[in-house]
Amino acid sequence: MDRIPILKVGDCLLVTIQVDMHDELAMSLQEDLTMQIAKHASRGVLIDISSLEIVDSFIGRMLANIAAMSRVLDAQTVVTGMQPAVAITLVELGMSLPGIRTALNVERGMELLREFIGRDAEAEDVDGAEE
Amino acid sequence: MALKSETYTIRSSDDVVRVRQIARAWASEIKLSLVDQTKLVTATSELARNTLEHGGGGAMTAEMVENGIRRGIKLTFTDQGPGIANLELALQDGYTTGNGMGLGLSGSKRLVNEFDIKSEPGLGTTVTIVRWK
Repeated sequence: MDRIPILKVGDCLLVTIQVDMHDELAMSLQEDLTMQIAKHASRGVLIDISSLEIVDSFIGRMLANIAAMSRVLDAQTVVTGMQPAVAITLVELGMSLPGIRTALNVERGMELLREFIGRDAEAEDVDGAEE
Repeated sequence: MALKSETYTIRSSDDVVRVRQIARAWASEIKLSLVDQTKLVTATSELARNTLEHGGGGAMTAEMVENGIRRGIKLTFTDQGPGIANLELALQDGYTTGNGMGLGLSGSKRLVNEFDIKSEPGLGTTVTIVRWK
């Protein structure tokens, strides 16, 4: 498999990373996701990493990049399902993934995205009323 | 004295994935805890990527070592690349020569029990790590 599948669920995109990614695969996911956000005007991106046995600085950077690129494209990113051993290692490595929202599982991650998207919509309504 | 020893080449990013899996298999063979396995595999990933990207490829030698009743996994990464001119600087958090976050060397050092680096400009770099049970 040369691409990680991206599923469209309403106005969100859902990615489940299930393979031990080599670096090029991680890079292509970054590109594919930004293209899909723009194409579908998605408001949220959920990346589930519960099958990932390690997150090294490269994958950590990829996650941070995706979150930053999504923000620029007006979408929110939530990373879900990080294994405890991965979290311990990542922090010791020196990466605490600042700027990335996380949730324990996909269900909570989707709730979180719903909240963000709802809050954004409300804020827009208020802005609209002022004009 | 090594209980067993094996050398693997690192020439592509698929090889980086492969040596990660080897580190995992060996770590689980000596029954390292899940957290310690994860630390060793993560350090392996960082160092193997350095070997590939900065060293232009090289090799990883895996050894199962023994110190009295303790067992450990010793991994040696070698390349014949350009080497590192200033090791002290390279080991600082956040120091990077390129597109990384500068956590590869300094971060992996924190993930293992022993860390040794030798580098000669123009001749290459050797990094040795050990994680004890």
